[in-house]
Amino acid sequence: MEHKHVISALVLHKPGVLQRISGLFTRRGFNIASITVGITENPEIARMTIVVKGDDKVLEQVIKQLNKLIDVIKVSDMDEKKTVQRELCLIKVYAPTESAKSQVIQYTNIFRGKIVDLSAETLTVEITGDEDKINAFIDLVRPLGIKEMARTGPTALMRGPKILKPKK
Amino acid sequence: MKGAEAIIKALEAEGVKILFGYPGGAMLPFYDALYESDLIHILTRHEQAAAHAADGFARASGEPGVCVSTSGPGATNLVTGIATAYADSSPVIALTGQVPTHLIGNDAFQEIDALGLFMPITKHNFQIQKPEDIPATFRAAFEIATTGRPGPVHIDLPKDVQEKEFDIEKYPIPATVDLPGYKPTTVGHPLQIKKAAKLIAEAERPVIIAGGGVNIANASEELIRLAELARIPVCTTLMGKGSFPEDHPLSLGMVGMHGTKAANYCVTESDVLIAIGCRFSDRITGDIKAFAPYAKIIHIDIDPAEIGKNVRVDVPIVGDAKIVLRDLIANLMRCEIKNKESWMERVNELKKASIPFMDYDDKPIKPQRIVKELMEALKEIDPNLKKTIITTDVGQNQMWVAHYFKVKNPRTFLSSGGLGTMGFGFPAAIGAKVAKPNYNVISITGDGGFLMNSQELATIKEYDIPIVICIFDNRTLGMVYQWQNLYYGKRQCEVHLGESPDFVKLAESYGIKGRRITEPGEIKEALLEAIKSNEPYLLDFVIDPAEALSMVPPGGRLTNIIQPVREEPKIRRACFEDIKNVRAEVKE
Ligand SMILES: Cc1ncc(C[n+]2csc(CCOP(=O)(O)OP(=O)(O)O)c2C)c(N)n1
Repeated sequence: MEHKHVISALVLHKPGVLQRISGLFTRRGFNIASITVGITENPEIARMTIVVKGDDKVLEQVIKQLNKLIDVIKVSDMDEKKTVQRELCLIKVYAPTESAKSQVIQYTNIFRGKIVDLSAETLTVEITGDEDKINAFIDLVRPLGIKEMARTGPTALMRGPKILKPKK
Repeated sequence: MKGAEAIIKALEAEGVKILFGYPGGAMLPFYDALYESDLIHILTRHEQAAAHAADGFARASGEPGVCVSTSGPGATNLVTGIATAYADSSPVIALTGQVPTHLIGNDAFQEIDALGLFMPITKHNFQIQKPEDIPATFRAAFEIATTGRPGPVHIDLPKDVQEKEFDIEKYPIPATVDLPGYKPTTVGHPLQIKKAAKLIAEAERPVIIAGGGVNIANASEELIRLAELARIPVCTTLMGKGSFPEDHPLSLGMVGMHGTKAANYCVTESDVLIAIGCRFSDRITGDIKAFAPYAKIIHIDIDPAEIGKNVRVDVPIVGDAKIVLRDLIANLMRCEIKNKESWMERVNELKKASIPFMDYDDKPIKPQRIVKELMEALKEIDPNLKKTIITTDVGQNQMWVAHYFKVKNPRTFLSSGGLGTMGFGFPAAIGAKVAKPNYNVISITGDGGFLMNSQELATIKEYDIPIVICIFDNRTLGMVYQWQNLYYGKRQCEVHLGESPDFVKLAESYGIKGRRITEPGEIKEALLEAIKSNEPYLLDFVIDPAEALSMVPPGGRLTNIIQPVREEPKIRRACFEDIKNVRAEVKE
């Protein structure tokens, strides 16, 4: 069965690593939905959160193949129930009238977003949350007209005291 | 000390004595430092051949092979050789020159993104930014190349890094390599091994498939012990040839597309299949759904990613084949092993049915006859084939030898399995002979494949490397000819090589002895003369182009072996007159 899987990988924070990983996905024909990269508490290590689509066999291969890369320190499948997942989205909404503006502001408040930019014709909203929440917000403002949008794709951590750490 | 000198020091510290390469601008500081060193450098006539030679060296000896090229075109010429080593898990270190760091990214003369180019075809690669990093990087590169599942490692060396002075005392070679993301598992999981032992003990129709991993892990002795202990017939993949003596009563020969009937049927009928160091490529399994349909599968491999990749596995064991087999044997000794009389009867019946008839007196010579005479000639010189290495190229020549030549010892049959690289066999033989100077090294090759690296005749002449080259000369790209006959309505499109060159004259032009053999009766004598001459020697065997191999169609069931029938081909081939005609309209 095709599923969306969120995979977290700790990788050495150095040039070429992203190329190695994206190259692996292309070569093996894995379907990558999104990828986020950023530094961790250890400046030498970055965390990649990768969303792939595929069945369990694909997931197993993705994890095994990622593990083979020398620069990859640890890989884990992030079960949605046991992890906190967040995505950032910036949405520029068309709101030329006062009423449209107030409507957007109202929606933004309900979704605990933020207005981060304003012009005569547009409002730019910053919203974070899980994928469903962001999709819901987008659906809500779509009728007003979305001028532009940028999403990061999810990033994730395990809930509770559990952490991803290198094998000894 | 200069970076380039540090590179030489690092190579020496790894025990490297011989390199294969080709110089150029971006690698000049290295070649200058080489002048002062004791390293032996073999100048091949093409970088691809340097990579194959380093690979052949590694396959024959088990030690890493090293090849060197300049930047840009030198690096791209290495690519096919390195990809070949990667596909067959061979520990090759590839050093490429690079433009100076301040020019990287500016499309400088002979600049290429070597890091990007080699990334997907190496186990790992590096670009060294400062000479201080040389000692640690080289140590890491050799460690990565030779441990776990071996593979090629590439190091890109910008020219200024090679030239710059630094204080090497401050940057010694580290005693241990700490790569947080690299911890290969060598010891198999005890519980899984116990499970496997139980399955094997209770099996009624067990079969072993031994892959290249058995050769790589030097686990041949353990494999023989396991097979004898539990009376398990053994077949090998192409890469596994030599890991189990093929004249052993339990040997089934090679399995798969060009496998023996015995091997293919036994695997299909087995109830427990023990696969060791093999990756279940499509050439082995054929139709996955019909592959070993009654068997519980035990898969032993050092690379966890191989397990479950292509076939379902019941008992996965990640570890080094030698260590796992030892533990498995120890476990099995405590089990009661089932009697296998009826399975042995079936196995022997299948083996009888698959023994080939090879005593052809036909002219043109049949390739099977050459393989048979080669075995006989070699046995006169080296009865247990302890000191004989055969390399093949890719195509029918490869499959004739793989199917019929009974290899007895590990690391004595070298062939490009995973990538199937034409042009591999001859330069790989150079590497093998350099690695094992006292061995008889015989390069079997097709005429097409030989022409892809025939320039290396100059290398063996200049360095006086005594290799016997046996060309299976059918004036065609035989394997493609066969496939076009079988699957494309006998329409032969662009597979005819014609009568040129005259290989004997070609050899002679390099100062190498050559001989053309057209009579079946002359084969053995010619081989003996060439091997005993202890000089570079080329034998041009004129063989029957229409002779074809039995095979399992791609994606077919292993038991669906088709026997080729002789067919009159339809040939398509253009000549210069045709070219003039199609270009007649072009303005002068
Ligand atoms: C570099 C490369 N190009 C093309 C092929 C495809 N190919 C596989 S076998 C073969 C024919 C080989 O002909 P020859 O070397 O004469 O050997 P034969 O099959 O006749 O023994 C070809 C073209 C290949 N394997 N490698």
